[in-house]
Amino acid sequence: MNDDRGNERAEAAARADGEGRPAARAISVGGVLRNGRPAEPSAQDIIFDVQGLRVFYGSFQAVADTTLAIREHEITALIGPSGCGKTTVLRCFNRMNDLIESARVEGTIRYHGADIYGEKVDPVEVRRRVGMVFQKPNPFPKSIYDNIAFGPRIAGFKGNMGELVEQSLVRAALWDEVKDKLKQSAYALSGGQQQRLCIARAIATSPDVLLMDEPCSSLDPIATLRIEELMIELTRDYSIIIVTHNMQQAARVSDRTAFFTVDVKETGMRTGRLVEFDATDVIFTRPNQKQTEDYITGRFG
Amino acid sequence: MSVSGNPRTEDLVQQAIRGRRVGFGDIAFPAALLLALLFALLFLATLLVDVFVKAWDALSGRGWSVVSNPLSLNAETAGLWQSIMGSLALTGVVALLAFPIGVGAAIYLEEYAPDNRFTRFINTNIRNLAGVPSIVYGILGFTIFVRFVNAVGAGGGVGGKNLLAGGLTLAALVLPIVIITTAEALRAVPAAIREAGFGVGATRWEVIRYHVVPYAAPGILTGTVLTLARAFGETAPLLLVGAATGFFSAGAAGPLDRITGPYTALPVTIFSWARQPGADFRALTAAAIVVLLVVMLTANAAAIILRNRFERKW
Repeated sequence: MNDDRGNERAEAAARADGEGRPAARAISVGGVLRNGRPAEPSAQDIIFDVQGLRVFYGSFQAVADTTLAIREHEITALIGPSGCGKTTVLRCFNRMNDLIESARVEGTIRYHGADIYGEKVDPVEVRRRVGMVFQKPNPFPKSIYDNIAFGPRIAGFKGNMGELVEQSLVRAALWDEVKDKLKQSAYALSGGQQQRLCIARAIATSPDVLLMDEPCSSLDPIATLRIEELMIELTRDYSIIIVTHNMQQAARVSDRTAFFTVDVKETGMRTGRLVEFDATDVIFTRPNQKQTEDYITGRFG
Repeated sequence: MSVSGNPRTEDLVQQAIRGRRVGFGDIAFPAALLLALLFALLFLATLLVDVFVKAWDALSGRGWSVVSNPLSLNAETAGLWQSIMGSLALTGVVALLAFPIGVGAAIYLEEYAPDNRFTRFINTNIRNLAGVPSIVYGILGFTIFVRFVNAVGAGGGVGGKNLLAGGLTLAALVLPIVIITTAEALRAVPAAIREAGFGVGATRWEVIRYHVVPYAAPGILTGTVLTLARAFGETAPLLLVGAATGFFSAGAAGPLDRITGPYTALPVTIFSWARQPGADFRALTAAAIVVLLVVMLTANAAAIILRNRFERKW
C-alpha cells in the first residue's frame, strides 16, 4: 500500500527529525526505520494482516470493514474519538472480544500468516503470544512476585522463576523500585508503578506483541513519560499496538497511526470506521483525508 | 477587611448567609426515623432481658448441667446434651451437602452459564426458592428425603426420620441462600481481574481456580457461616422429618446408630419444653434459648470477623 509515497514519508520523517524530536524514537533518516530496516518493509515484516475486519455486538455493528497491516518492532497507534471502535479493534488481536458473549468478529486477522479467528485456533494460545496491558492498572491482589510469575507458571515455565521475575521487572523499568519488596502486595504500589507491573506481567510470558489500551490514561504526566520511554525500549523485542486518546502520545511514540472515526446512522447506530492508516508523520503532518486533518488539528472530536 | 472592596456587596452577602431556615420536616423526619430505630431495638432488648431473667434461675442454680445433662422428663436434671449434639451434627450434614453443591452451582451460574433466557429463569427462581417458607421444605423432606433415606437402607429404627433426612431437608432449605451469597461474592470480583488473567493466557478454569474463587473466598465463607447459623436455628421443617419432640435418652448408641436413629435438635427441644407445664420447664426453656442465642451470635460474630479481616475492597 502507498508505495508511491514511500519517499515522501521518509522525507517527512527526516524533516521531523530535524525538528529536534528525541533521537531514541525517531524514524531515522534515509528511508530506514530506527531499527535499521527499510521504511517500506517487505511482507515478512507484517505480523498482523487485518483484512475486512467487522465487529458486531449482537445486531449492532461496532466496527466497519477495517483493513490494515501491523509491522514487527513498530509501535502502531490507534486513535480517534470515543466510540470509534479503536479499543474493539485492539481487543480483536488477542481475541479478548471472545469474552463478551454477544460479540461477533468477521473478516480475517492473520498473525504470521495464520488466521487467529480460524477454526481450531485456541484463543488461550493466541493470548500467550499477544499480551495485553489495560486501561486501568489491574494487578492481581497478590504479591508483586506472584503477579509476574502467574503467566509463566500456567504456561509451564520450568526455568528459574526468580530470574524471570527480575528480568521482567528490569525490562519494565520497575526493578529498582520494588526489588526489596517482591513479596509485598501489588496494591501497595502507586498507579504508575502498578501499570509498569502490568507491563512486566505481560512481557513475562515472552509474547510477540503487546496490546496497550490507553495505558497512561489514569497516570500523571511523569508516569506517562516513563511508560512511553519504556514502550520505545520494548520495540527492540516486541511489536506494540496502542490505543490512545492522547494525540501527542501517538505522535511521540508511534511509527504508524490508524485514525478511526464514528459514523452515526439515522437509526442512531454508531459504527467505527478506519479513515486513514499511514506513517505517523504523514498522519500528523500531511494527512490524506480531510477528516483526519480536522481531528488532528482539533477541529472535531 | 473587605475582600470585594465593596461594602454594599459585603453587607448583602452577610445578610443573605446569616440565620438558619429550619422547617418542621428538618426536625420531625429524623425524629421519626430515630423512633423507628428505638422501637426495633426496644423489642430486641425486651426479648433478651426477659429470656435472661427467666433463664437465670436455671442457669445459676444448675450451671453447666443444663448443657451437659441428657434430655429428661425430670425438670430437675433435664439437660440439652443430645439437642446440642443433634444440632451440631445436623449443621455438619448441611455444611457437607449445601456448601459444595451451592458453591458449585454458583460458580457455574456466574462463570460458565451463557447469559440466556434459561439462565435468567433459573436465577430468578433461585431467588424465589430462598423466599419459600421453611415448613414447605419440611413437607419436601417428609415426602422425599425420608423415603429416600429409607430406600437407601439408612432408615435406622425410625423409618428414615433421622439426622440424614433432617440434614438433607435443611440443606435443601439453605441451598438457594448459599448459591445467592456465593454468586454475589463472585460477581464482586471485578471484570478487570478476569481480563488480566485471560490476558496472560490463562484458561477459564485457571482464571476461576487461581483468581476469581480465591478472591471471592472470604465472601463465600462469610455467607456460608451465616447460612449454617440459619440452619442451626431452623425448627419447623425438622418437626416434619422426625426430630423428637418428646424426651428420650440416647443411651450408649454407636456412632452409626446416632446418625440413622432418633435425633433431636436444639430449637425443637425449645419448642417441646415450651409446651410443658410448670415453672421449672419455663426456666429451662429460657436457658435453652440462651444457649441457642449464644451459638447463633458466636456464628454471626465469626462471620463478621471473617469479613472484616479478609474482605477485599476493589
